[in-house]
This record gives sequence, structure tokens and C-alpha cells, in this order.
Amino acid sequence: MADPVLEARNLTRRFGGVTAVDGMSLALAQGEILGLIGPNGAGKTTMFDLLAGSVVPTSGSIRLMGAEVAGEAAHKRLNRGMGRTFQIPRPFPELSLLDNMLIARQGQTGEGFWANFTAPRRIAAEERAAREKARALLELLLLARLANEPARVLSGGQRKLLELARVMMADPQVILLDEPAAGVNATLLETIIDRIRAINAQGVTFLLIEHNIDMVQRLCHRVLVMASGALLAEGTAAEVARDPRVIEAYLGGAAA
Amino acid sequence: MIDLLSYGAFFLSTALIFGIITLGLNLQWGLTGLFNVGIAGFFAIGAYASAILTTPEVADRIGGFGLPIAVGWLGAMALAGLAAAITGIATLRLKADYLAITTFGVAVVVQLVMLNAEALTGGPFGVAFIPRPFAGVQDQPVLFNALNLMVVAGVTLAIYLALEHLSRSPWGRVLRALREDERAAISLGKSARSYRVQAFAAGGAVMGLAGAVQAHFIGFIAPDNYLPTLTFQVWAMLMVGGSGSNRGAVLGSIVVWAIWVGSGAATAALVPGDWQARAAALQIVAIGVMLCLILLWRPQGFFGPRRGRM
Repeated sequence: MADPVLEARNLTRRFGGVTAVDGMSLALAQGEILGLIGPNGAGKTTMFDLLAGSVVPTSGSIRLMGAEVAGEAAHKRLNRGMGRTFQIPRPFPELSLLDNMLIARQGQTGEGFWANFTAPRRIAAEERAAREKARALLELLLLARLANEPARVLSGGQRKLLELARVMMADPQVILLDEPAAGVNATLLETIIDRIRAINAQGVTFLLIEHNIDMVQRLCHRVLVMASGALLAEGTAAEVARDPRVIEAYLGGAAA
Repeated sequence: MIDLLSYGAFFLSTALIFGIITLGLNLQWGLTGLFNVGIAGFFAIGAYASAILTTPEVADRIGGFGLPIAVGWLGAMALAGLAAAITGIATLRLKADYLAITTFGVAVVVQLVMLNAEALTGGPFGVAFIPRPFAGVQDQPVLFNALNLMVVAGVTLAIYLALEHLSRSPWGRVLRALREDERAAISLGKSARSYRVQAFAAGGAVMGLAGAVQAHFIGFIAPDNYLPTLTFQVWAMLMVGGSGSNRGAVLGSIVVWAIWVGSGAATAALVPGDWQARAAALQIVAIGVMLCLILLWRPQGFFGPRRGRM
């Protein structure tokens, strides 16, 4: 694979005596949609948190756009080009959808304390541009008419759309999606799949944790199966679904 | 009539000084969600910093630099802001009640330093001869109180406008995001640590400025001015006015201070002499009852943004 955008090597994370992720490696090629599946307790979420920076690895390396980021604070990931969503969406409930979006813009002059007194014009210009972008993205994700409502009014599915729109504000190259289909009704699920494809067509790379196998088959170019903290199988969705080791793991073999 | 005017100006000046402190708390709590119960400590640091910078030289105390009042104010903001920043850094990993306990501890430490570092603070006797603005017209109480009210009102207005500007700015937006969901804000590239410290420092600097303004308004300070009751009063002011609203912070301060002063006057007039000392506790009861009523009937305060249930 030529220069992966995101690459993890031998990632290990222990919590006390439990090894949640055990020497896991993966690489994301520019422009692909990679699925990460596995039975409950396989270590997917910990893997995801390690990549996103909210959990620090016990050992191993993570390279993002060629830079080593394994020990770096989580808030620096997005500015390096990688954003994430949450399994249970985390909008800022009392902020309007528009403000939710504007927060996610990177490198804002107005986020510095003194700049608000020394560079008001520049800040106003940046805000105008950011608002325009935010409205366009809200439009794309079918939330434009709610732009001035507080995010708490959104349904579960709309919250997932908002998280996707919000992370897009930062122009990321890689997006980590944590169960985008969970708890979403069938119609909205089609919208989400469609929008992920559209964003992917613009060159954005995705890593997707998902239990909805139908969605994985339709979206993912390649699938990794995790069990007991390590890589169990790799291939297309159809290939891994036929793999006896994967069937065994899903049917409870992993626990035995 | 003259007395009443003079008293009115005095009352409003005192209430607006509380308004400045409450504005500082609104930045920390209303905007950022930082639970600061050490308000009296930062207020005191500002008062002492300005007093030491501006008083004339004295024999048995460090300081007495005789600097202009404006320098004292700036020094008060800088020192209280620095103390608040250090508190913020030391408490980065603490949330909610643990943060509250720690900030309360900071106020106790400040109180003990005021009482015991006699060479710096004058100990229990405090610092006297703090220069007062317009001291030249002190013998004309109406004019003197009116001019001082203008100074206090001017400072309040300046702080109010600055904080309104900041809370509408992208900077304020990050603070609100941190209040709502720190983990999500971090995932969107915001350093929760850095902004927490900034909010602490900016709020602390505002509280310190209020301390300095009051010190010069009264002309004399002592550790008794900075008891935990003051922290309680300021919290009541923010709750009544409406957490999250700068306008509410100022108006809540005036309302609560009026109740405080009014209940004090009422007990003085109605309670027989030998019960006066005990009746003073009724002032705190009056504020407590006010707070309960507000929380029952209008939990967002007079001006607070209406919140939905989550």
C-alpha cells in the first residue's frame, strides 16, 4: 500500500490485567472505506479510542499523514486531518446547530482571547466564511432548516448526521465513524449511507466500526475482523463472512 | 433628601462592585461550567494587591509604593488573574464538587495569609489610607458619592461590554462547548486544559479588579471583608440574575444586595437590642429563602437562557 493516510503498528493497550488490544496493526489507504467488525468485547472500541487519541497505547505506533502521533493529545488529531464521531452522538445540546458546526472549524483566529480585541475584522471575515460552509454542509446532511435550533431538539438519527456534518467542517482527510447505523431508522440509514459515499467520492477516507452487516457490505471496500484484541481475518465483506474462523468467533467461539 | 441621594449612590456603588465580581463568576460558571467557591480569595488578592501598590510608605509593612490608582487596578487584575491561573492549572483534573472543595481551600489559604503575613498585609488590622478617587471632595458627601458611583459604574460597564463581546466571540463559543461536552470539544480540536485555565484566569482577574475597586472606594481593608459569606452572596446573585447572562449577573447583584441591606435594616429596627447579634443571621436566611424561591419558580433566574431538559 502506497503511503497509508493512517497506519497503526503493533498497538497494544492493557487495562490492569486485561489486554483489550493486543498487537493490532492496520493501514488505511487514501480514499478507501475500511470496515472494522468483530463480536462484542473484541477490542474494536478501544482500538478506535487509541486511533482517536482518547486512550493512550501501552505500546505500538500510530502514524497519521506520515507523522507519529501515538503519544499526542487527542485534541491535535483533527488539525492533522483526522476526525471522529461517537457511537452515542455528542452534540452540544444547548448550542444551535450552526454553533455546533462553527466550533469544529480549525485554526480560527477568534479562538484566541486577545485576538478578539486586536483583530475583530479578520475574525468577522473568517466567521462569515465559516458560516457559509456550515450552511452548505447542513444542507448536504438535510439539517439546514434546523440551523438555528438548539441541538437538543434533534432525533437520534439527526444527531448522527450532525456529527458527520460537524466533523466535515474541519476538512478532514480521514474520518473514524463509530457505529453510524446504530439506532437509526431505515430511511435515515439510506441517507447516511448515501452521504458517506458522496463524501468518500470527494477523496475522504473512512474507518467504520459497525454491527450492521448489510451496511458494511454495501459501503466497505475492505473489512478487518477483530477478536480477543487481535486481527482475526481480513478481506472483502463477502470473503470474511464465509471465513470459518469469523463464524466461529461470532457464534461464541471467542469466549470458549 | 441629600442624605438619601448620597446613600443611594453609596448603595449602588457597593451593589455594582458585587456586580463586577458576579460578572467574573458568570464567565467561569455560566459560560464555562467551572465551579469556583473561592471567590472571596480572588477578590481579596485584588484588594490587597492594589492597596499595597498605591498606599503611601509605612514603617513596619512591605510595600506602600504610592503608585497611581490605575496602576493598582492593573496590578490587582494581573495578580488575581495569575493566582486564578495557577488554581486552574492545579485543578485541571478536578470536576464539579471536587473542584469546588479545592477552590474553597484556596480562599481559606488566602484568608490565612491575610491574617498572618503581617509584614505584607498588616495582619488582622488590615491596610488603611488606601487612596480614594476624588478624595479632594470628601467633605461634600453627595458629590463625592456621585463621582465614585460614576467610577464604579464606568468600570462595571467596561467589564460588561468586554465580557459580552467575548461571550459572543469564537473564544466564548469554545467555552460553551466545553461546558456542554468536554469530550466532544476535545474531539473537535479544542484543548480543554488551555481553555479551562484561560477562563479561570480571566474570571479571577475580573474578581481581582472588583476587589481593587472596592478597596479604593472604602479606603480601608481587613481580612473580615473577605469571609466565605461573600462567596455565598455572589453565588446567590448569579443564580437570581440568571447564570449565563451578563445582564442578569449585574441586575441579580443589585436585587440580592438590596435584600441583604433591607433585611439588615429591618432586623436592626424590629429586633430588641440584646437579640441584635443573633438576628444578624436572618440576613443570610433572607438570601437563602430568596434562592429557594428562585430555584422553585424560575430556575434559570431573571435573565438566564432557558434550558431544555437533556
